[in-house]
Amino acid sequence: MQDIRELYQEVILDHNQNPRNFGPLESSNSDAEGVNPLCGDHLKLHANLENDRIKDIHFEGSGCAIFKASSSIMTETTKGKTMLEAEALFQQFHVLVTTGEGEIEAMGKMAVMAGVYQYPARVKCASLAWHTLKNILNKSTATVTTE
Amino acid sequence: MGSRHDVGIGPSSSRTFMNAQFNPETIREDFAIFSTNPELIYLDSAATSQTPKQVTDSILNYYENFNANVHRTIYSIGNKATQAFESAREKVAKFIHAEKSKSVIFTKSATEAINLAAAAWGRKHLSAGDEILITEMEHHSNIVPWQLTAEVTGADLKYIPITEDGELEKWENHISDKTKIVAVTHQSNVFGTVNPIKEIVEKAHSVGAVVLVDAAQSVPHSQVDVQDLGCDFFAFSGHKMLGPTGVGVLFGKPELLEEMDPFLGGGEMIKTVNMETSTWNDIPHKFEAGTPNIAQAIGLGTAVDYLNNMGMENVHAHEQDLLQYAVDILSNISGITLYGNPQNRGGVVSFNVEDIHPHDVAQFLDNDGIAVRAGHHCAQPIMKRLGVSATCRASVYLYNTKNEIDRLASSLEKIKSVFA
Repeated sequence: MQDIRELYQEVILDHNQNPRNFGPLESSNSDAEGVNPLCGDHLKLHANLENDRIKDIHFEGSGCAIFKASSSIMTETTKGKTMLEAEALFQQFHVLVTTGEGEIEAMGKMAVMAGVYQYPARVKCASLAWHTLKNILNKSTATVTTE
Repeated sequence: MGSRHDVGIGPSSSRTFMNAQFNPETIREDFAIFSTNPELIYLDSAATSQTPKQVTDSILNYYENFNANVHRTIYSIGNKATQAFESAREKVAKFIHAEKSKSVIFTKSATEAINLAAAAWGRKHLSAGDEILITEMEHHSNIVPWQLTAEVTGADLKYIPITEDGELEKWENHISDKTKIVAVTHQSNVFGTVNPIKEIVEKAHSVGAVVLVDAAQSVPHSQVDVQDLGCDFFAFSGHKMLGPTGVGVLFGKPELLEEMDPFLGGGEMIKTVNMETSTWNDIPHKFEAGTPNIAQAIGLGTAVDYLNNMGMENVHAHEQDLLQYAVDILSNISGITLYGNPQNRGGVVSFNVEDIHPHDVAQFLDNDGIAVRAGHHCAQPIMKRLGVSATCRASVYLYNTKNEIDRLASSLEKIKSVFA
């Protein structure tokens, strides 16, 4: 059995307890919603997009520690990035949580999610924020689900 | 309402003695899973139970020695298969004290059993203005089939609410002349609540309504008597009572089953087939279209033998003992909330740990080899009532021990310190 602390690293516990960019965003001009009906995870993303750049991004919602930390880290990672850069990060993240592969060194905080792929039931917890971000990137308003 | 002798479940732990032969440690030796997974602490029997070697052996025996289709062969292994299959039906009928074995229909699951009744009885008897009465305590399998039937027939779907303790709230006020069927769980899969079925049946019958009991959580853990309960339909599954997956049971009163139209069409369920029309086989075969789940039914029959051999009164007393122990220990851990506190209760405890999501709790418990369920337990109306999105649930069976409850408690303490 894997060491569970590879899944629940200190960074994850920290972001769970003190999520960054948490709460409503006054300047928001693009919102998206995501749910995991089976878990009850629920997420609202608020972004301020300017000239194809994510100028600011916040999240609200409730769910498990993996969900909360991943959402928090996603907002930190994508804030200030262009839509194209965010799209590339989404792809990297997707590969990371489903295979554990990628250029871990270059990923920054996102790399703490490298252990998730060993826990198939938790991949959807980690992915919800990123899939919901995809809706903002695609300018879609449909509610996202990773079930 | 609520005294234990009234609910068709029992007897109470206070007046039972533990059979000297009933020893969980010896019982565990019958379950290969505990030797192949020596670290496993299995506290999720309300989802599915483990399977003793006697049951898997009986399935193997069928496949290796007399594998043949039933009810249609001339040759001897076919006769043997038919005998074994029908003998399983007899065993199940006796186990729930059904008067006649033709009342026992093998389905693929308790879910299919409820769907069968909801469709075949519901479509025949319900129309606009009629009320289907269920409860907020139900598993989705006893909600969704009635939603489907309500939509097709135009009948209204009504709910009996539940109290903070996880009991039905003033259920008698909801049964009226409009009520045509009451579908209620015998034992809640979230709170363990044992509902006063006998009294509900009496009241329902007094207004001419029939009663379906979802017994998936009660049959595995207590002595049940469908004649004493008086219910019209009674559904349960094999895999929660030491049997294999893929087999469930619908008990129905013969006169109701006889007047109902078939649920599924195919072979086995017919007497004659013409180009345009067919005539139906007698019950129970009318409701068993196609080659039935022969191996699974035989396995379920063996599970019934196994439980009878252990004594359901011993199984029940042992679980009551574990339940009390678990409630005492868990309620003494700070930061743990227990959900529901019903007067009559089976071996199920739902809980949450303060500020830690149940999926995180379950993941850490798994790391210590402890299997509990975390989620909404297919009972979203209950979660809504409790104001939570999910809970952890520990459930016990005849193979669990107090030592396992102790290890659950110490693992929970450890998790609290990680998230502190």
